[in-house]
Amino acid sequence: MDFKNKDVISINDFSKEDLLHILKVARTMEGRRDTLLKGKILATLFFEPSTRTRLSFASAMEGLGGKVLGFDSAAASSFEKGETIWDTAKMVEKYCDVIVLRNPIEGSARLVAEASSKPVINAGDGANQHPTQTLLDLYTIEKVKHKLDNLHIGILGDLKYGRTVHSLTTALSHFKPVLYFIAPPALQMPQTYLDELEKKGIKFIIESNLMKVSKKLDILYVTRIQKERFPDPIEYEKYKGFYKLDTSLLSHIKKDLKIMHPLPRVDEIDRSLDETEHAVYFEQAANGIPIRKALLALVLGKAT
Amino acid sequence: MKKEVSISAIKDGTVIDHIPSNATFKVIDTLDLKGIRGIISAATNLKSKKMGKKGIIKISEKYLTQDEVNKIAIIAPDASVNIIENYNVKKKLQVSIPQTIHKAIKCSNPNCITNVEKIPGKFDVLKKDPVKVRCLYCERDMDKEDIVIL
Repeated sequence: MDFKNKDVISINDFSKEDLLHILKVARTMEGRRDTLLKGKILATLFFEPSTRTRLSFASAMEGLGGKVLGFDSAAASSFEKGETIWDTAKMVEKYCDVIVLRNPIEGSARLVAEASSKPVINAGDGANQHPTQTLLDLYTIEKVKHKLDNLHIGILGDLKYGRTVHSLTTALSHFKPVLYFIAPPALQMPQTYLDELEKKGIKFIIESNLMKVSKKLDILYVTRIQKERFPDPIEYEKYKGFYKLDTSLLSHIKKDLKIMHPLPRVDEIDRSLDETEHAVYFEQAANGIPIRKALLALVLGKAT
Repeated sequence: MKKEVSISAIKDGTVIDHIPSNATFKVIDTLDLKGIRGIISAATNLKSKKMGKKGIIKISEKYLTQDEVNKIAIIAPDASVNIIENYNVKKKLQVSIPQTIHKAIKCSNPNCITNVEKIPGKFDVLKKDPVKVRCLYCERDMDKEDIVIL
């Protein structure tokens, strides 16, 4: 499997074998600090704020001996002067060996990949894709459950606007799960994704009451109701705080249920759950490092 | 009974037949025929055994390309397109919705990079009847009613 120079733009571009291969390479990157990527330069082009993603890419690159340059807001780039993303990509590719891009405009990562001869990794293009998040989610599930196949996975929160849950649903569909989509009807999973699951023969349940399905779950994936994705602030006010998980949940779940969250959380998960053995969201965030090390090494041709 | 000929034959050019009646004028718009010097004649609401009612457009001195034909595939999927030379059919172009569509249509997502930076769109055709496409940039799906033809 050759990932050298491959772009990482959308989870839809990856087969089950590709995904499993990336997870396998990520396992070899746990705790690794050496000079595998010495002499390589990563450009991080972040047109909108991010804490975890940008820092973990930088940490992954530097942890493997590479160098990082870039900017972390549109204001710090020539975008403010009216430069197009295409032109920015054409320029930046000359300064680096690999590009990581976050941009609120959907499809921007695909365009940058077309403009650049260097590999491009999408770190989030608006409401569309965030494939490295999905990969670290799969990695986390495999790590805490020791398998990916045949799990009962609940996905809770904003399923309508949340790109994380869309990509995760697509990725999980390779592994014969039973999926529980838990959200108020107005924030339920878009029909397009349900149609795709049906086509693939994946069993799914639509539910608005977590307690009705909580005992069946092996994984509960919680997401934030994202204010910035709502076209109407009144709609947001209606749904924020719809689900708040706390220790009262513990009597309604399997002993080995693991709770995940892509973070940042607002108030969906009470801090009282953090110390329980169910909470794996901080471990999940940490798993961004081996996944991003693996992707950087693979696309730079330094791992196979 | 004498067969009526609604619009006369052309010597050289393109004849588009079997257009759904309600799409005749849309086809003219879509093909952007404004700059053509030759005669363009169109008829609509013609009786058709196959379709009930149909439209037909004859464009003199203009040979449609496959790309142009693809543009109308979305609105007139069953149209027949004949290239005419010296009153004879020189070539028949298949109007079929291609697997991928370039340029001809516009992504309906205002936050798609193709609309923000005004670049030509690319679409995967997911389903042909009724047509459903996916933007290759923002990955949004569009049903027939959301499709905007350029």
